[in-house]
Amino acid sequence: MTQIKLAKCKVDQLVSICDKHGNQPGELINILHEAQEAFGYLPREVQEIIARQLNIPVSKVYGVVTFYSFFSMEPKGEHPISVCMGTACYVRGAEKVLDEFKRVLNINVGETTPDGKFSLSSLRCVGACGLAPVVLIGEKVYGRVVPGDVEKILQEFQ
Amino acid sequence: MSENVTLKIDNREVSVPKGTTVLEAARGMGIDIPTLCYMNLEDLCVKNAPASCRLCVVEVKGRRNLAPSCATRCENGMEVRTNTMRVLNARRTVMELILSDHPSDCLVCAKSGNCELQAAAIKLGIREIPFQGARSEYRVDLSPSIRRDMSKCVYCRRCETMCNEVQSVGALGAANRGFGAIVSPAFDLDLKDTECTFCGQCVAVCPVGALTEIDHTERLLRDLAAPGKTVIVQTAPAVRAALGEEFGLEPGTSVTGKMVAALRRLGFAKVFDTDFAADLTIMEEGTELLGRLNAFLGGDKEVKLPIITSCCPGWVNFYEKQFPDLLEYPSTARSPQQMFGSVAKTYWAEKMGIRREDLVVVSVMPCVAKKFECEREEFKTDGDPDVNYSITTRELAALIKRANIDFPQLPDEDFDAPLGESTGAGVIFGASGGVMEAALRTAYELQTGRTLDSVDFKQVRGMEGLKEATIEVNGVEVRVAVAHTLGNARRLMEALRAGECPYHAIEVMACPGGCIGGGGQPLHHGDSRRLKARAEALYAEDSGKRLRKSHENPYIIALYEEFMGKPMSEKAHHLLHTCYFNRGKEFVEQ
Repeated sequence: MTQIKLAKCKVDQLVSICDKHGNQPGELINILHEAQEAFGYLPREVQEIIARQLNIPVSKVYGVVTFYSFFSMEPKGEHPISVCMGTACYVRGAEKVLDEFKRVLNINVGETTPDGKFSLSSLRCVGACGLAPVVLIGEKVYGRVVPGDVEKILQEFQ
Repeated sequence: MSENVTLKIDNREVSVPKGTTVLEAARGMGIDIPTLCYMNLEDLCVKNAPASCRLCVVEVKGRRNLAPSCATRCENGMEVRTNTMRVLNARRTVMELILSDHPSDCLVCAKSGNCELQAAAIKLGIREIPFQGARSEYRVDLSPSIRRDMSKCVYCRRCETMCNEVQSVGALGAANRGFGAIVSPAFDLDLKDTECTFCGQCVAVCPVGALTEIDHTERLLRDLAAPGKTVIVQTAPAVRAALGEEFGLEPGTSVTGKMVAALRRLGFAKVFDTDFAADLTIMEEGTELLGRLNAFLGGDKEVKLPIITSCCPGWVNFYEKQFPDLLEYPSTARSPQQMFGSVAKTYWAEKMGIRREDLVVVSVMPCVAKKFECEREEFKTDGDPDVNYSITTRELAALIKRANIDFPQLPDEDFDAPLGESTGAGVIFGASGGVMEAALRTAYELQTGRTLDSVDFKQVRGMEGLKEATIEVNGVEVRVAVAHTLGNARRLMEALRAGECPYHAIEVMACPGGCIGGGGQPLHHGDSRRLKARAEALYAEDSGKRLRKSHENPYIIALYEEFMGKPMSEKAHHLLHTCYFNRGKEFVEQ
């Protein structure tokens, strides 16, 4: 028998999110959004509870979570880093910037550093193309970033 | 009357009912457009046509791009071409791209010769794979029943359709996106750690070698050659109705006699029949049914009705995992495979003076879930399984070919006594409704003491998903239901959970059409005509039998007289019955 363990308060919170959406399978994406907002990410236990509440297979929930890049099964770091890979940023070298973050932090996109400090993601266009390439760390925006800036930027958060 | 539309396909005019797809219309005219992802299970009203493989593209006059014929509906005045240069080139490119991400290990692939991708590549005249690019690499997932090698997956998603829409199990689902997309259990778990019931319907429809059974043929060959071992075999009812297909015989050809001859030539010491154990199952389950029914009629409010059959291991897995709150309803009778193993390793072994450790019991089953069933701890004595292992109909066919046996030329031979003797009631176990019909034949006569005028209960036969019948027994109307596929079974179980299940007895088989459509049978590729032909073969064999009621099987009578006592005796409980386990998910709040 598989055991799904989760703190009671978290279960209650999830149940109330699902209830709010009438436990409708069609509301799955909205429910996942709210759950991720509440917990920061969507670990297995959270997906299992949602599947139970909506009476759908957990493979369906997992399918949606892994399809949309917005959803994450990894806990986000204390400082979530997002590198814009929109067209403008991309042509101005965002990929090299992203590669530099990967190298310095030794993690891939979608992962979190072992100390929980940084997580790395890429996104498409933050609407600041004039500053391309753009990097977001938490709420803070860095513009015209070049690979050489990466270590310096990270030091601000050490 | 439904409205018709008229169109031209390859310059030939055709009129088809509105709503027909171009693919169906073309096939109806004898134009064999290649497909990979398309699957139409008419009798189950389930269709898989995600238009994802793009092999079935055709040219439609006035349309800019090529149209996937599986998902394009016929319209009045449409002009379709299925074999222009443009179409053929597009199909070839699609195929070359699919093959560029496929391990080209056909010579050593379990599916070789039976592979739809291979067949399509031959049909399209592929001679080289010009594209080289990224390759999907996945670990191989081994469970007791199923081998999953997703590096061979072509993403047709038929398995997902079977697992979700037909079986309502939901162990498999589409995950990830883009090149990383895969059909997988949630969280990339092993199948054995999911809701998977090992019904094997995913295996039955996989066009390639991504999903196959766990192969025990090598193990069997070693055992047959081992000195000092007595290797005996039992064959399930549905095997005889389908094995011939692997040797080019028409679907629905019953090959019972040839199958026995082949097994003897393979070197089995005795060739026995699971049908014998099916008769035994009826004695136990029928008695249990009458016991519960009579208790209920006597005013016992606690008695659990409906009684539900427990022969099908996929079904047992399903209710243990999905309905653990209802474990008291299914009959405690073991499946025929396990009853056979238990009787063979006690009664028969003692009679023959063979030590348990020298006896190997093998079963040939239309099923992959049976492989898991053999491994259940409750069916072992001191670690030794009652049935050592089970092979599928397909594995048996492969063995026969390897042993240089010209199957169609074999003479008909008879099963060995005593565990090879069966009645027509045992034979029909292989088709949906068969267990119920067999149980009714015996339960009716035991309860009333009268002989049935006709032993045919045709109400419970056929491919309908949920069948029901009411039979009058001693003035009491006994209501029965028969479900095949787990999706239909789920509906009955949910009604039972809600307290709205009006039946006294229910038969459930996990696979479409019952065991004849099992996951271990020659691949049905979703063709329900094949399943119907197999069922007819079993009913024909039943009606040709001298004895057609389980309680009239002389060897069953002897087994009770010499060894078992009577049905549901203490010994029978110990050897022929089982208990069930809650294998559902447990939610623990901390």
